[in-house]
Amino acid sequence: MKKLLIGNEAVARGLYEGGISLVSSYPGTPSTEITEFLSKYDDIHSEWAPNEKVALETAFGASLSGVRAACAMKHVGLNVAADPLFTLSYTGVNGGLVICVADDPAMHSSQNEQDSRRYAKAAKVPMLEPSDSAEAYEFAKAAFGLSEKFDTPVILRMCTRVAHSQSVVDTGERVAPERIPYERRAEKYIMMPAYAKARHPIVEERMKALAGYAEDCPFNRVEWGGTDIGVITSGTSYHYVREALGDSVSVLKIGMPHPLPDKMILDFASRVGKLCVVEELDPVIEERCRVLGLDPVGKSLFSPIGEFSQRTIAEAFGKETAVGVSADTAAPARPPMMCPGCPHRGIYYVLAKKKLTVLGDIGCYTLGAQPPLNALDSTLCMGASVSGIHGFLKASPDAAKKTVAVIGDSTFIHSGVTGLINVAYNGSPAVVVILDNSITGMTGHQQNPTTGYDIKGDPAGKVDLEALCRAVGIDRVRVVDPYDLKACEEAVDEELAADGPSVIISRRPCVLLKYVKTNAPLAVRPDKCRSCRRCMGLGCPAISFKEGKARIDATLCVGCGVCEQLCPFGAIGGDAE
Amino acid sequence: MKTVSIMIVGVGGQGSLLASKLLGNLLVGEGYDVKVSEVHGMSQRGGSVVTYVRYGDRVFSPLVTEGEADYIVSFEKLEAARWAPCLRPGGKIIVNTQQIDPMPVIIGKADYPAGILDELRAKGVSVEEVDALSAALEAGSAKAVNIVLMARLARELGIPYGKWIAAIGNTVAPKFKELNERAFSLGYGK
Repeated sequence: MKKLLIGNEAVARGLYEGGISLVSSYPGTPSTEITEFLSKYDDIHSEWAPNEKVALETAFGASLSGVRAACAMKHVGLNVAADPLFTLSYTGVNGGLVICVADDPAMHSSQNEQDSRRYAKAAKVPMLEPSDSAEAYEFAKAAFGLSEKFDTPVILRMCTRVAHSQSVVDTGERVAPERIPYERRAEKYIMMPAYAKARHPIVEERMKALAGYAEDCPFNRVEWGGTDIGVITSGTSYHYVREALGDSVSVLKIGMPHPLPDKMILDFASRVGKLCVVEELDPVIEERCRVLGLDPVGKSLFSPIGEFSQRTIAEAFGKETAVGVSADTAAPARPPMMCPGCPHRGIYYVLAKKKLTVLGDIGCYTLGAQPPLNALDSTLCMGASVSGIHGFLKASPDAAKKTVAVIGDSTFIHSGVTGLINVAYNGSPAVVVILDNSITGMTGHQQNPTTGYDIKGDPAGKVDLEALCRAVGIDRVRVVDPYDLKACEEAVDEELAADGPSVIISRRPCVLLKYVKTNAPLAVRPDKCRSCRRCMGLGCPAISFKEGKARIDATLCVGCGVCEQLCPFGAIGGDAE
Repeated sequence: MKTVSIMIVGVGGQGSLLASKLLGNLLVGEGYDVKVSEVHGMSQRGGSVVTYVRYGDRVFSPLVTEGEADYIVSFEKLEAARWAPCLRPGGKIIVNTQQIDPMPVIIGKADYPAGILDELRAKGVSVEEVDALSAALEAGSAKAVNIVLMARLARELGIPYGKWIAAIGNTVAPKFKELNERAFSLGYGK
């Protein structure tokens, strides 16, 4: 049946039809919808794991027991899952195992622009890379068979433009494979030195076999056109090349970026005049061409930074491009921001007001780094706020009274709790603020182990954050409501003044959650407003300054009351203007 | 046929994803090759968002770049101006008259460029302003702004009215069907 699917739904459909039995993932843009769509199928097990390492190890366990399994993550998630990945390459699989990883060229919603193809090379596992939804579906469906045939995990590499673009997919029916019996095979699955030494040559042989397979697999193909120029390309860049150059060039379209088909590349190169490689991010294909003794035009013409488009290709090839019309006045930027009523705003206001050094983390609350709050000093990766403050205070003990870490509930469970164990164990007076909005927010409201619900919204085990923090050795644990500025300020003052480490749980559910009841909008009484602009310091999208007075947009305000507490003149209240 | 390129732009959270879903479903039903490119994640938190919709016999790129769009449908005035350079000569901008201040304007670091659409008109750009919010409220919900704007686009594309109504039925939840049909009819002027 022909349907318009986003790439991630196409992956989910392909994995489903390919016989998946279990998916375990941690959400991360642009990969999240793969698992969300899989969770709609009731005949497979789906779950949100606490982090990507747990997800991949869970998928490994399912594969070991004899079923087809997968996990999905964003590119930086693969860093977290890298430990099991590298040794899974040695153990191989029992049931097929597919790791979907979504890169984010141009960093639409990420902290770096790393190229996951490097992982496939480093871990010595095959990688497939679709260019649109139809291929995402086909490749995902075929990946399990490839995994079982070559006894290896397979990485399916997506990127934002494939993951979040829709194109037409002709879907089919699910074929659930027979369960593969579990056999105890110590030499294959126990990777201690003696056994691992014996597995490594098998990995090298497997890569040779896969390199042979790459030469005539269904994932790579040549499309002949003009032969003055030959372009080797993969992923979404293929479509930009076709759009910009039509059949004026010949194209070697790579769907399996590791291992690359050496003979196919050499043969293609020998039949075209000039060889060009068009690939976003790193020169992975280009480097292989150079190993093969070729000298293609690649990163000398195309940037390793950001995304391409048909225009990038047209300009590089000296084609005429269209020119648009702009207004003379520049449009002010519109950066993303924390929502009206966001529970993070109150606590951030307090931290910013006290001019504290704030080590931050990954989530919606990273947006507090922007003006006017400017509340953060660092954001590195998941969990780094808690581990980071420990190192900061060990190196600069004098900073203890003016430094805090902030981390979301889901991020804390992901990898903040290990940092907190270190704080308690190695003894630093860190004040860690857990911004508990009772959901994984930025990726679009996924349940997590602190919410008490599973991926399908059914009741599930619930981590008691207070008890967890105490159990790891933090004696001072307290909860505040971030809508209560006075309570937040007291908590921060007292915990900074205290000697040992402490945790402040700033708890209030994300205002966008359906079950959260919002209040009537507030309004400014113009006669009482003295234009002090204090309320503007919150960076609330509902508050603006018009004709010398603060104003609240009633269509945006959810009545959280934080600005009301801030106004020294009692000008903000529940009455109409 | 030549590939047609449409951009749907606005502020994260305004409902542009539903508009592109409706358009995509309609065009697939008409037998076209269709590609739609969306942005999820961080920019959906009140940032500038853009969705590209392209259709024709065979569509390669899901993106629309400078001077390529046949139509830009904007949910907000400033966003129409921001993306205007993507319009091709002879293309058309359909823009909701709503004004949403971005953070630099809210905190007084920049002014909202009130006359920016007139600047574009002065340079020969075809700009049609639509009070979609009033029509949506008349239909029963401010959220139907997206359907009102799609109805204005429908007047340009030459796909029969009934096909749009059928696509709305296939795209929105049954309980919102009537409301959205009403919004579409008000937007279309029928």
